[in-house]
Amino acid sequence: MSTSPSVPPHQPAARRRTKPGKLIGNLLFWLVVIIILFYVLFPFYWAIVTSLKLPSQLFDTPVAYWPERPTLGNYAQVFTGQPFSRNLINSLVVAVGTVVISLLLAMLSAYALGRFRFRGKSMLMYIILAVSMFPQIAVLGGLYTLIRGFGLYNTWWGLMFSYLIFTLPFTVWVMTSFVRDIPAELEEAALVDGATPLQTLFKVLLPVMMPSLVTTGLLAFITAWNEFLFALTFTADNTARTVPVAISLFSGASQFELPWAAIMAASVVVTVPLIVLVLIFQRNIVSGLTAGAVKG
Amino acid sequence: MQKAQTLTPRRGGLERQRARIALWLLVPTLLAIALVAGYPLFNTIYLSFTDANLGSPEAPRGVGLSNYWTPDGLGILQDPAWWNSVVNTLKFTVSSVVLEFLLGLGIALVINSKFPGRGLMRAAILVPWAIPTVVSAQMWKWMYNDQFGVINDLLFRLNLIDAPINWIANPDLALWSIVAVDVWKTTPFVALLLLAGLQAIPSDIYEAADVDGASRFTQFWRLTLPLLVPTILVTLIFRTLDALRVFDVVYVMNGYAETSISMSAYARQQLIDFQALGAGSAVSVLIFLVIMIFTVFYVTSLRVRFD
Repeated sequence: MSTSPSVPPHQPAARRRTKPGKLIGNLLFWLVVIIILFYVLFPFYWAIVTSLKLPSQLFDTPVAYWPERPTLGNYAQVFTGQPFSRNLINSLVVAVGTVVISLLLAMLSAYALGRFRFRGKSMLMYIILAVSMFPQIAVLGGLYTLIRGFGLYNTWWGLMFSYLIFTLPFTVWVMTSFVRDIPAELEEAALVDGATPLQTLFKVLLPVMMPSLVTTGLLAFITAWNEFLFALTFTADNTARTVPVAISLFSGASQFELPWAAIMAASVVVTVPLIVLVLIFQRNIVSGLTAGAVKG
Repeated sequence: MQKAQTLTPRRGGLERQRARIALWLLVPTLLAIALVAGYPLFNTIYLSFTDANLGSPEAPRGVGLSNYWTPDGLGILQDPAWWNSVVNTLKFTVSSVVLEFLLGLGIALVINSKFPGRGLMRAAILVPWAIPTVVSAQMWKWMYNDQFGVINDLLFRLNLIDAPINWIANPDLALWSIVAVDVWKTTPFVALLLLAGLQAIPSDIYEAADVDGASRFTQFWRLTLPLLVPTILVTLIFRTLDALRVFDVVYVMNGYAETSISMSAYARQQLIDFQALGAGSAVSVLIFLVIMIFTVFYVTSLRVRFD
C-alpha cells in the first residue's frame, strides 16, 4: 500500500464528453467545486477580513464582507497589548525541541525496527501503536504529578517531555515504514566496509532518509504546535504558555466584550506560517499522512 | 534485511549480535515511552483507587473502588453528569465521523477526476487541516456570534431566518454547532486519505468496465467502493478514536457547559478544576478502557502487519 509522494500512479479515465447532456453535468461539477472551495476557505477568509477591521466596525450591521478601511492596528495590538510574542517564542521552542528529540529517538528505533530482525519486534510495534492511540486524558493526572515532581511545571521542558507521548510513537511508525523502503544494498555495503551500526545509520542511511525526516518532522511540528490540553494544564502563565492556549484565553475589557478583531489577528498570525509550510510541502504531507494512517 | 544475513555463513551468531544492537538502538525510545506513557498511566490507574486531591498536601489514601461506585451513589459511574458527557461524546463521534466520511468521500471523488486546477484544489483543502483546532474554534465562535456573526447574517440575507440564532447558547444547537466545526476542520484530512486510496486503484479495470458498458454509477458501486474498503476502514477507525477523545474544540467553544461537555472535558474538570485527582483519574481510566477496546478492535480487524 505504499504511496510514493511524487507519483499519482493511475488516474481513473478522464470524464468522457460524448453525450449531449454532458454540458449540464460539467456545469454541475464546477458548481460543486466552487461550493467546496467556498466551504473550505471562507472561515479563514473571514478571519482575515475581521482582523483588518477596526474593532468598532465589527459591530456594524449588516455585516460588511469586505474591510472598508483595512487596518493593521489589530496586529500591532496583539504584539503590544498582549505578551503574544512571548507565546510565539514558547510555541516555537517547544515545537522545534519536541521535533528534534522525537526525530533523534525515532531514527534510532526506526533503524532497529525497519532493518533488524529480533524476537518480540511485532509485540513492540503493537505497543508503540497502542501508545499512539492513547487518549491524552488517560495520562493527564499521572503526568501532572510527574511533571510537578520533576519541577518541570510551567517550563518548556515539561511541555516538550509531555509531547513525546504523541510525537514519538507517530515518528517511530512513519520512519520505520520509510526505513523499510530503503534498498538493503546500501546498508550491506557499509557492513562489508566494517562500519558500526551508528556509522551506518548516520553516514549512510541518514542522507537517504532526509526527505522522510523532513516530512515526519513537519507533521510532528504541526501536532506539537497545535497541542492544547497539555499546554493548558502544564503551564500557569506566560513563562511557557503556548500560542493556542494564549488564543483561547484572550480576554477583553469585560467578559462580554471579547476583542474579536485582535483574536482573529492572532489567529491569522499563527496560521499563516503553518499554511505556507503545508502548501510548500503538500506532497510530502499527503504521503506522510497516508504512511502514518494507511500503512498503519 | 534478509539479504544482509546471507552475507555471512555464520548466521546464528550474526543474528544474535544484530538483535543485541537493535535492542540498544531501541533503549532511548523505550525509556522515553515508559516515562511519558507507561508510568503516568500506571500512576493514573493507581490514583483512581485513592482519594488523592491536588489541593491537599496529605498523601493519598486508598479508597478501593469508591471513586467508581459507592453504596450512597457518589461514584463516577453513578454520576448523571458523567453519563451526560458520554452521551454527548457518542453523539459527537457518530455524527462527526459520518458527516466527515460522506463529505470527505465527495471531495475525494471530485479531486480524483481530471480537471484544470485540481492541484490547487487539493492544496486548498489542506488549509482547514493546517489551522490549529483552537484557532478554528475561535474563528467559528466569532462566525456563530448571535448579533454580529456572519452565519446569521448570511441566513438573514438568504431569508432563511427572521431572528438571530444563538448557536452556542441554545442547548439544542450547541453540540451540533461544535460538530460542524469539527467537520469543517477534519473533512479535508478524511478526503486526503480517501483520495490516496482512490489513486491506488489501477485505471485499467475502469477501462475494462467501460468496454463492458458499465455506467459510471455501476462502476462506482461495483468497483470503486469495494476496492476502497480497506482505506475507508482505516479512516473511519482513526477518526472514531480521535472523536472519542475530543477536548479542545469542545472546551474552547463552550467550556464545560453541560450541553456539549465531552468525556475528556469532564475528566479534566474533575482532575484540574475540582482538583479531585482520585475521582478524575477514575474518569480517565474509564475513557482509557473505552478507547483501548476500540484500539484492539482496530489492530485486530485490520490485521496490521509489520513485515
